[in-house]
Amino acid sequence: MQRFIVLRILQGLLAVFVISLIVFALSRVAGDPLAAILDDEAGKEQIERLRQSWGLDKPLHVQYFTYMRRLLTGDLGVSFRWDRPVLELIAERLPATVQLSSFALVITGIIAFPIGVLSAVRKDSWFDAGGKMFAILGQSAPTFAVGLILMWLFAVQLGWLPTSGRGGFKHMLLPGFALGYYNVAAIMRLTRSSMLDVLDTEYVKLARIKGIPEWKIVWKHCFRNALIGPLTYFSLIFAVLITGSVVIETVFAWPGLGLMVIEAINSKDHIVVQAVVMLFALLYVGINIATDITYAYVDPRIRYG
Amino acid sequence: MTAVQTATDTILEVNNLKTYIFTRAATVKAVDGISFDLKKGETLGIVGESGCGKTMTALSLLRLVPRPAGRIVEGEIVLNGEDILQKSEDEMRDVRGRQISMILQDPQTSLNPVFTIGNQLREALGIAHKENKSSMLGRAVDALRKVNVAAPERRLDDYPHQMSGGMKQRVVGAIAMSCEPGIIIADEPTTALDVTIQLQYLRLLKEIQAETGLAIIFITHDFGVVARMCDRVAVMYAGRIIEQGDVRDIFSRPAHPYTQALINSVPKLEERVDRLYSIEGQPPLLSNLPEGCRFAPRCPYVSDRCLETYPTSIQIAEEHHADCWALHPDWEGSPIAEYVAPTGTTG
Repeated sequence: MQRFIVLRILQGLLAVFVISLIVFALSRVAGDPLAAILDDEAGKEQIERLRQSWGLDKPLHVQYFTYMRRLLTGDLGVSFRWDRPVLELIAERLPATVQLSSFALVITGIIAFPIGVLSAVRKDSWFDAGGKMFAILGQSAPTFAVGLILMWLFAVQLGWLPTSGRGGFKHMLLPGFALGYYNVAAIMRLTRSSMLDVLDTEYVKLARIKGIPEWKIVWKHCFRNALIGPLTYFSLIFAVLITGSVVIETVFAWPGLGLMVIEAINSKDHIVVQAVVMLFALLYVGINIATDITYAYVDPRIRYG
Repeated sequence: MTAVQTATDTILEVNNLKTYIFTRAATVKAVDGISFDLKKGETLGIVGESGCGKTMTALSLLRLVPRPAGRIVEGEIVLNGEDILQKSEDEMRDVRGRQISMILQDPQTSLNPVFTIGNQLREALGIAHKENKSSMLGRAVDALRKVNVAAPERRLDDYPHQMSGGMKQRVVGAIAMSCEPGIIIADEPTTALDVTIQLQYLRLLKEIQAETGLAIIFITHDFGVVARMCDRVAVMYAGRIIEQGDVRDIFSRPAHPYTQALINSVPKLEERVDRLYSIEGQPPLLSNLPEGCRFAPRCPYVSDRCLETYPTSIQIAEEHHADCWALHPDWEGSPIAEYVAPTGTTG
């Protein structure tokens, strides 16, 4: 098991290295960063001076090493838009995004897994049909539309919940549900179909022959086996939720990374955008490793395979 | 086994059991009116080719026919004097494992891959015994030792994928026997094992039976295994039992043309043949059964009567019955060539 974890982490580091190359290359291909900062009236000498002070006159591989060295020491540069170190900005905004995404993930799980399992157990019943309808509705409606409708109903009309901003638990409910609802359909359908497969296996038959109560067959013998497929998807969703929060954070004025990136893009603050892209990439890799390890825990065959 | 058996020794009696599977296209009559009984400590073999209803019979006895398509539509399954078809689902759970248990065909798939075998064994033991953790552990070790698993203490923490097929099938056996049931249904338990392991496993079942007085229903398509294991045999064809009787009786004078053909199709070591014997044709579809005898289309002795009505059962010897018109005294067609009538019963 330890060997497995070390191997996965090494593979992850390799992926991060490749990603850093791509991010670096993209930032050079995207055009001269100086053109975005300096206005047209800047003199040649002024441009040259800035180029030198940023090291942009050096060969590309030297630039890459400088970039990597800074990245590794946590120096992500300074934002033009906010005139503050990017690391500080991210540290300030990240918790809000992680909080919202985690909450959305929990909501997805709470809704999707039980509906998926029960839909399989009561296949072709009204419950199965209703669950399918509910899930497909979430998949078909765009996240921002769900967000706006929820906001209109629960905040504007009923006045039960705040319309926007970050605060207590109540503030999380609407954006969290709007963000999480979209993924319910996929997880629920995956859980349902893998649950149906598992219910049909010989070891479930043997469990029934043993005389084990049906609830225990469903939640002990089947659930863990049925989980293996959807679980991979479920954890990858966390990464999707973090990056996908861009839209919902804008709708609900949630002060997270998503909102910050939108502002940075609008004001052509490439340093911030580049840093956030790198961060998102790291998150993806990290979550993938975490998924593999969880996966190995759930299914013992993977540890030795 | 034929000698002294009284009615009280019977622990299971199946009367006219019918299990149908209802699909959109047709009704599949997987089990269509079978009757047999099982006595304490004996082994009854159910033999027949694939798809003749053997496994469906076994699942019916546990009331685990695949739902919602499959249903037991008629009959009685009397276990220790009680018809289990009248029991509720909750009461059935007490029957499963504790009174009737089953060993499934493929050990590779019949253990749950995500739990250790210790966990699965303790769970089965826990149904009959509610004790503390350490005494359950002792019971699990004992159960594994009983099925000849070496170093059982260490094996408990293994996952199924870490064990060989033969070892897994022993574990399945230990699980099946964990609540000391009176009856075990073994559904082709050795088909998935290689030949040497097969023999070991069969010997083990016999030993356990001798120790515990357990009754075994042994489902197989292998007459060699029947000869080794069983006291009595029921031969199934297309959802019906067409002949049943004492194992020596069936082997020495098979009465039904199908049984004869089955026994003939077992290749013999001492004879050199260019082409192995096989029965012409295909068994009928269980969704579209012929009116009369189900074997009639493939039977060399067939007459009009066979095609019209299903033959009534005729007694050949004590405990030996067959469903075939050609065995009836008023049969007018050609007599069954290979059939040796027992002296004194028929002319």
